[in-house]
Amino acid sequence: MKTGPAANNVAVPPTKSGTPAATTGGATPAAAKNGRSRRAGALRRAAARIAALLASLLIALSMAFMLGRLSGDPTTTILGPMATAEQREALRHDLGLDRPLLVQYFDYLKGVLTGDLGQSLQFYQSNTSMIMDRLPFTLQLVAAGISLAVLVGVPLGVLAATREGTWWDRAASTVALLGQSVPVFWFGMMLVVLFAVNLGWLPAGQSGTLKHLVLPALTMSVYPMAQIARLTRASMSEALAEPYIDAAKARGITGRRVVWRHAFKNAMMPILTIVVLQTGILMSGAVAVEYVYSWPGLGQLALQAIQFRDFPLVQAIVVFGALVFVLLNLLVDVIHSIVDPRVR
Amino acid sequence: MSDVVQKEVPGGDARHPRALNNTADNSANRHQDDSQDRGQGWRTPVLEVDHLVVEHRNRRTGELFRAVDQVSLRIGAGESVAVVGESGSGKTTLAMAATGLGARGEGDIRLLGHSLSAVGRKQLRRLRPEVQVVFQDPHGSLDPRQSVRSGLRELRSLQPERTSWIEDTDLLQRVRLEPSILDRYPHQLSGGQAQRVCIARALLMRPRLIVADEPTSGLDVSVQADVLALLKEIRANTGAALLMISHDLAVVRSVCDVVHVMYHGRVVESGPCETVFARPEHDYTRELLAAMPGARWRSRR
Repeated sequence: MKTGPAANNVAVPPTKSGTPAATTGGATPAAAKNGRSRRAGALRRAAARIAALLASLLIALSMAFMLGRLSGDPTTTILGPMATAEQREALRHDLGLDRPLLVQYFDYLKGVLTGDLGQSLQFYQSNTSMIMDRLPFTLQLVAAGISLAVLVGVPLGVLAATREGTWWDRAASTVALLGQSVPVFWFGMMLVVLFAVNLGWLPAGQSGTLKHLVLPALTMSVYPMAQIARLTRASMSEALAEPYIDAAKARGITGRRVVWRHAFKNAMMPILTIVVLQTGILMSGAVAVEYVYSWPGLGQLALQAIQFRDFPLVQAIVVFGALVFVLLNLLVDVIHSIVDPRVR
Repeated sequence: MSDVVQKEVPGGDARHPRALNNTADNSANRHQDDSQDRGQGWRTPVLEVDHLVVEHRNRRTGELFRAVDQVSLRIGAGESVAVVGESGSGKTTLAMAATGLGARGEGDIRLLGHSLSAVGRKQLRRLRPEVQVVFQDPHGSLDPRQSVRSGLRELRSLQPERTSWIEDTDLLQRVRLEPSILDRYPHQLSGGQAQRVCIARALLMRPRLIVADEPTSGLDVSVQADVLALLKEIRANTGAALLMISHDLAVVRSVCDVVHVMYHGRVVESGPCETVFARPEHDYTRELLAAMPGARWRSRR
């Protein structure tokens, strides 16, 4: 992307049709003054966006906190049903659960700010370090899954859009629909049955080599692939109907270039958004896939935490997921402002 | 109705004498800066449309709608021809079919002597630069994510030899735009500026025919005259023929030599502008003229 000095002297608002902009006539006289106010406007918008994201993060934190307190008495799980009332009381005191809720809440917020997500009840370890231990596995899986989803979904959507109404389009749309409706755990198990049990080509679970990654990544990619394909089709067919596409063809620009350089570039923003958001969903939603393939990632950890009513750990994982989501949202905004000259 | 068409369609016969003179002048001009062999020579009409029929099928009802009905016209090198008619009269469909962009329909279309139904994709691609279109909505016909400079660069990379004749800044000067506009994006351009950029892009290709589809109707009144003057000037300087699609008779009169009046997909009257406007023969033409602002005050005879 180029930023010339002229790019900032903008008086004309980003209108799509010709007429409103035309009424401003020569855009130059007011340009110098508007350059500054426009940049200020962009800054204000960025600040508002960040504030909104922080607010949603705080809401997520609070909800995680409340869910942790609402999910039953952890002392029963830890000490078993035979423990005496005194023992329980002592444990509550040790865990700080006998303090007022508000104090616990602010303690918790302070901890989050300093990167301390509390201690697990079952592993007697720092939640943060446990999450960090599992994170590489989940990241590996998510990266492989989302790449696969993009590599298949985007071409599929473009194919469907450029051949709208044909047999290709219908085939691609059917694949996308199937991918969206197939349950992840079922698909995962079918892959295991086929490739691990019957054919014996790939391992059925655990992590380690690249071979171990294939089936879980494939399983994970199916849903986002379908989403990406559908959105790409919609976004592309909208872009292909724009007059500048006909104009580009009229200027002699050839088919493939029109599709990728002009239509796809303009259709890209929603696709990029959904890719990033799907990444966030995969990060926190890998539970089923990790369970089916006994993949030692965050999803497994979350499952263990829930089964044991290890509410500090559940809380920590939820908080971590929320943080990832907020950061990814911010990333979308940043990418948007870089890619789209109208936002700058 | 069909007898009317039979009588008046052959546009070639009704060619304006001045158009012929232009052709001769322009061919002399052309040869100086034109090293490329243009093949068919200058006597070949730039565009010939022969009994063109284009039908659209209504998606819901399945009915066929005849947008263009038995239209024939002919544009010689350097001529300027207008097609006028109300919206829905089929003039844009005609223009799109004639440039090989829209539905081709039945009947023969010859661009620079090449019949569109006979040329392959490769050859059509080679013909494309010879015909450049300036659209009605200047902002719509520019990619919002492409700066003016990168748009020009793209065209240059497609046709390196053809476009090497002029620098970006000189090209912009020809359409009276400041060089500072090069780094702007379409949304940073006014309507008039955007249309000038579109014209510059067309000009860059050194086309033999410029098709202008309502080039001024999306623009401010104050800018319209400038853009028209620019089109006229370009035609005079480059010898490109002009096919102007418009509903505005004043525009047509100021720019074109020959006019075809379209009504419900048919050409109902054609001839030199002056003749048609002075002595309209078809009722519809008379109606159009009467609807023209200020027409009442002009002497009719």
